[in-house]
Amino acid sequence: MPEAAAPASIARPDGWQILKRNRAALIALGFLVGLSLIAIVVPLLLPDELKATSSASFVPPMQRAMETHATHVLGTDVNGQDMLYRLLSGARVSLGVGLIGALISLGIGTLYGMISGYAGGRIDGVMMRTVEVLQSVPRILFIMILIAALDDYVKEWIDGWRLAAQARNWSDLAANISEVKAYSKVLVMIVSLGLVEWLTMARIVRGQVLVLREMTFVTASRAMGQSPWGVLRRHLLPNLSTIILTYLTLTIPAVILDESFLSFLGLGIEDPAASWGSLLKDGAQVINPLESKWWLLVFPALLMSASLLALNFLGDGLRDAFDPKSGD
Amino acid sequence: MLPFLLRRAFSSVIVIFCVISITFVLARITKGGPFDKEKEPPPHIKEALLTRYKLNGTVWDQYTAYVGSLVRFDLGLSTRYRDWRVSELLRQKMPNSFALGTLSFLIASCAGVFLGSLAAMKKDTWIDRSAMFGALLSISIPSFISGPFLIAVFALWLGWLPVGGWGTMSQMILPAICLAAPYIAYVARLMRNSLLDVLKSDFLRTARAKGLTETQAVAKHAIKVAILPVITFLGPLAAHLLTGSMIVESVFNISGAGMIFVNSIQNRDVFLLGGAVIVYCVLLVLFNLFVDVIYTLLDKRIKLYA
Repeated sequence: MPEAAAPASIARPDGWQILKRNRAALIALGFLVGLSLIAIVVPLLLPDELKATSSASFVPPMQRAMETHATHVLGTDVNGQDMLYRLLSGARVSLGVGLIGALISLGIGTLYGMISGYAGGRIDGVMMRTVEVLQSVPRILFIMILIAALDDYVKEWIDGWRLAAQARNWSDLAANISEVKAYSKVLVMIVSLGLVEWLTMARIVRGQVLVLREMTFVTASRAMGQSPWGVLRRHLLPNLSTIILTYLTLTIPAVILDESFLSFLGLGIEDPAASWGSLLKDGAQVINPLESKWWLLVFPALLMSASLLALNFLGDGLRDAFDPKSGD
Repeated sequence: MLPFLLRRAFSSVIVIFCVISITFVLARITKGGPFDKEKEPPPHIKEALLTRYKLNGTVWDQYTAYVGSLVRFDLGLSTRYRDWRVSELLRQKMPNSFALGTLSFLIASCAGVFLGSLAAMKKDTWIDRSAMFGALLSISIPSFISGPFLIAVFALWLGWLPVGGWGTMSQMILPAICLAAPYIAYVARLMRNSLLDVLKSDFLRTARAKGLTETQAVAKHAIKVAILPVITFLGPLAAHLLTGSMIVESVFNISGAGMIFVNSIQNRDVFLLGGAVIVYCVLLVLFNLFVDVIYTLLDKRIKLYA
């Protein structure tokens, strides 16, 4: 974007170079890309009989199930489903909810922060007071209430579509829709988390806009008759992109963590969908001192902690590179 | 100071009012009422129950009735635990969460300040690096993973602490550490960055020049200034510890306020939910106020403007 020359204090030109020298952040990035690819591709390649529920429940890792003669690399769960498949589809859901939820909160937060910062004066005051009020709301509690409120409406809405499809005798579509209905909670989670997590983003973006709008290139553009929206879109947004990317990376683990909390408490993702939190909940339910079914807990716990660690490393690396003054 | 306090009290009441309104309306437009069971009660009984609890009519009518009783400092009756007042239930459960929260608060703030200062003074040594890696690690591990892990290591393997139960100090340590772990990390990172800034400042150069050792200079002069950002974080921290305890309470099987939140949402127990939200908001407001007052005492340059 040639007309939006980056001012030195906002996006230092060597940000990407700083990131390239940060080995931990690069390893984290590699891990995350690899995990995402595996989570998307491998479940498609696994044979169907592994994915299906079977009578071979609680088979330990690397053993053949007596009932089905299938080898389960990471063992099976209570329903006799392969743990590797559950773990990877859980990764899909957890990472997907984290990414899309964070993107929603990014959209809301960026727009809100840009308007607030650019408008300034009284509008800014009111908008920022609102953020402060919302920040004093118990976040997890509010997500819970939102999920409870939205869930039934979404299920009903999906049912409406199914009935409409049935009425027109599109049985394939109706079957697909009832399959989707099992995953409605995923959609509800994404929306609820996205609606709650945007506050930090709004504050950061507003702070940056306050600095940017005093820059000469913005004044020049305004003097040339550019509309406020034009200034926001053509001049401010490009200069905000790295900081938005940074806080996106830091919001994703926060959303994943919230999702897993809720799923662990039994309020989030439910069967047949799985997420790391719901897998850990299932594992914790069958644990007893006599017979340790450790593989139900250890694998999801390791994968989840490693992914969150990688996301936080990457986020910190990005922040050091593009927003060095903010610290924590 | 007084006008400041008055104005803060006024705005706090507004905040609490907004939160309680949103909570009540959302809870009431949620499908499924408090008296819907698997075996549907006869309509006239359900109607009588709804009337008794002032939950019939439009949401607006219910809302005004609820606010009316709140103004008289009446939190209402629980719809799930019949014949229990919300205030009685809260009084029974809150002390456990309070004890847990207070202990974790102390652990998080003391350990965090200590580790953060240590990391800043030993910047770029292995101490700094391992402290910061540990911080990132404990932020990344959710408490429902660290909880069972702590139990396995300290209770089952080493046998230093009891596996479960609630009441004695030794039974409280593991849940409190589990709850505090991520916040130790937040405090430590905040403290490290803040102290690093202060260490570069002129007054510290003066302190070193007059012959103080680095430790003396930090302990006598730097900490006092560097701790200010940490103190701002203590208000939200206290609030986080109260809600964050939901998971820890369920992992360690403690009967506290966290489970009230979860159960009241699942049971559509709207008055109990409202009562819990009010307690939470009042605590949050008080903590934030407390932090602001402490701030002025520590840093004489800051004045509280009304």
